[in-house]
Amino acid sequence: MRTALRLSMLALLALLALAPVVYAQGLEPVLPDPALEQRARELHKRLRCLVCQNQSIHESNAELARDLRNVVRERIAAGDTDEDVVTYVVARYGNWVLLQPPLNAGTLVLWLSPPLLLVTAFVGTALYFLRSRRSIPEAKPLSSEEQARVAELLGEERRG
Amino acid sequence: MVAELGHFALIVALVVAAVQATVPLIGAARGADDWVAVARPAAGIQFLMAAVAFFALMYCFVQSDFSVATVFQSSHSLKPLLYKVTGVWGNHEGSLLLWILILTGFGAAVATFGTNLPPALAARVLSVQAMVGVGFLAFILFTSNPFERIFPAPAEGRGLNPLLQDPGLAIHPPFLYLGYVGFSMAFSFAVAALIEGRVDPAWARWVRPWTLAAWCFLTIGISLGSWWAYYELGWGGFWFWDPVENASFMPWLAGTALLHSAIVVERRDTLKAWTILLAILTFSLSLLGTFIVRSGVLTSVHAFATDPARGLFILGFLVVAIGGSLALFAVRAPALRPGGLFAPVSREGALVLNNILLATACATVLLGTLYPLILDAISGEKVSVGPPFFQATFVPLMLPLLAAMAVGPLLPWKRGDLRGALERLRFTFIFAGFTGLAVYALVEPRSAAATGGVALAAWLVLGGILPLYERTLRGGVSGAAARLAALPRSAIGMSLAHAGVGLVVLGLTVLLTWQTEKDQVMRVGETMDVAGYTLTLRGVASVAGPNYVAQRATFDVAKGGEVVMRLAPEKRSYVDSPQVTTEAAIEPTWLGDLYVVVGDADGNGGYAIRGYFKPFVHWLWIGAAVMVAGGLVSLSDRRHRVGAPAARRTRETGALAGAASGATE
Repeated sequence: MRTALRLSMLALLALLALAPVVYAQGLEPVLPDPALEQRARELHKRLRCLVCQNQSIHESNAELARDLRNVVRERIAAGDTDEDVVTYVVARYGNWVLLQPPLNAGTLVLWLSPPLLLVTAFVGTALYFLRSRRSIPEAKPLSSEEQARVAELLGEERRG
Repeated sequence: MVAELGHFALIVALVVAAVQATVPLIGAARGADDWVAVARPAAGIQFLMAAVAFFALMYCFVQSDFSVATVFQSSHSLKPLLYKVTGVWGNHEGSLLLWILILTGFGAAVATFGTNLPPALAARVLSVQAMVGVGFLAFILFTSNPFERIFPAPAEGRGLNPLLQDPGLAIHPPFLYLGYVGFSMAFSFAVAALIEGRVDPAWARWVRPWTLAAWCFLTIGISLGSWWAYYELGWGGFWFWDPVENASFMPWLAGTALLHSAIVVERRDTLKAWTILLAILTFSLSLLGTFIVRSGVLTSVHAFATDPARGLFILGFLVVAIGGSLALFAVRAPALRPGGLFAPVSREGALVLNNILLATACATVLLGTLYPLILDAISGEKVSVGPPFFQATFVPLMLPLLAAMAVGPLLPWKRGDLRGALERLRFTFIFAGFTGLAVYALVEPRSAAATGGVALAAWLVLGGILPLYERTLRGGVSGAAARLAALPRSAIGMSLAHAGVGLVVLGLTVLLTWQTEKDQVMRVGETMDVAGYTLTLRGVASVAGPNYVAQRATFDVAKGGEVVMRLAPEKRSYVDSPQVTTEAAIEPTWLGDLYVVVGDADGNGGYAIRGYFKPFVHWLWIGAAVMVAGGLVSLSDRRHRVGAPAARRTRETGALAGAASGATE
């Protein structure tokens, strides 16, 4: 009983720690210049919330996401370009923070696979057409069994 | 007592499944009719036992029997009855049990309705189905027993995640599972055909209705999930390319491809090996998806390590099921002789293009979903693969597919006439272009991408129904209804489904281009302007619900100086959970949804308020509904019922078809 209780207390605490604060965003100080704030928001959408599942910091309510939103605003207010801000954030948290993986040695396979797959599929299909044209004689006559079957199926369809 | 009964029923189900997986298979190989005859009753008993277990667990939930660990973990005595019932599958163990119930249900459906199947094929199908059942039953019994007791029994449960206490999400998993598990039928038929060494149009005819039904269920399941995310998560997002969503989207993409390639097998007796492979892959993706979600391997890499027994079992099962079926395919597929020849430009060719693009898209989603895991394992480098990657790769694959979708159905089988098809589409093309230009000229702010998107949507909707128009209305209004009724249902279904895709494209384009978002700290009496509406905050009050307390804000919404509606978004705190949920106030209008969310108080009488206008968002759900309707209409086609549950009227012809294929054996 006691362990169960302690476990549930722990679970409760863990949940409390993770519980998002709903729409704290609206209460954040925003940049006075709407154009700069808009730039900040576009950047927020590109950055991953560090403690959530696959959310950008723009969408997340977690405290860490709010901190990172404010970091982005500070950098922009300090005159950084968008790319400066991204470089700054990546330097602190790694590529993991970018929702769009950058193209580098590690992600080459990821980015190249879709076009390569498509090309392979088309080449494979072309080969199939070429080969089937060569290997199969024009029209195979139906066997008597098949003919009977066709007649039966067609008849069934007509009768409905 | 009831929990023990459920546990016992599961054990019986496992034993029966083991018998069903072996005896009929051996019987079919040796031609022993009495061994073959075991399959049907076994499938029935297996289903019955799974149902007993499922309802036993449901009973424990409804009774709030917290001595059962699963109930303690995910229920609470104050929870409304609906969520006590749906809480059964709101956790790992219970959702596995639901999976098993549906799996055995499909098996029992084949045993009951598949009376026109050749007995040997039916026996093999049911055996393969039971093999999957053995895997799942062993998994649940040995690693995730839903009936585990805890002693002494706790007085109160921990409650269900409040986000899940919602009618939309409550019915979302059953539909999703009906879809996932429905593809097990295609899988079982495919493996049975490989064992038998024979794939022919009759086989495709039996497989198509099951695949189509699974596809309809999966489409409903995914749409429900998306709709739930839209109204419940509080910012109106509907698709996040989240691993869990991808897990359901991959079988959908593969299943859609399968649906189309099976047509070629049925009509032209070719693409057989590819269709078999697709059937295996579709269900493999369902399995992978289920286990990705259930093991938590992708949402948190560490979940695998927390319970190594589960993780190892899952890996082992995936290797045996997927590896085994693919190995069987490698051995037997070369023996499948391709049938009818066809030119690249033909109906078959168009369906091949559909398959190439869908399969590539599916592989891309799979790669993007698993890549962070693979890269981490290989080099320890951590990357995120988020929505921008999927948009950059998925959209270019879909555009040619959508463009070709209106053309394909107009091409005849074997050798098509592309110019003729395009000439028939001339009016569609002109109309689509005109629609796009009108949007470009009239809608501010201008967007070239949206112009293309809207034109594409018009192309799809009009192009989708063009074959119907040509065969009914063009011959004059009189008699059009009769001509429509005389059309094969599958033709009507296809037109509907393709037009439904067009409606989804329309909704997506307009929503993503022109949605607006405002956020503001508001005090009572203050106003905010969203898309031509003026919202005035009238007050904020605390309201008590059955197991939550809500903070409810009320707004007067005015348009043109006149109050047209009242909105009341809520923020709910639950007694049994520290989680807070947002209940957005959503007002549907003809042009889109007005979507308002209330947030935290700033301590000075102000509240953080977010207002959105989501133009054309309803077309997403309408489009999905039209796609499903198309699937259902097609499912009602007489041609499909030959292999599917037969209505009394058609049972005779069904029996004939069965006899016909029996005779050719």
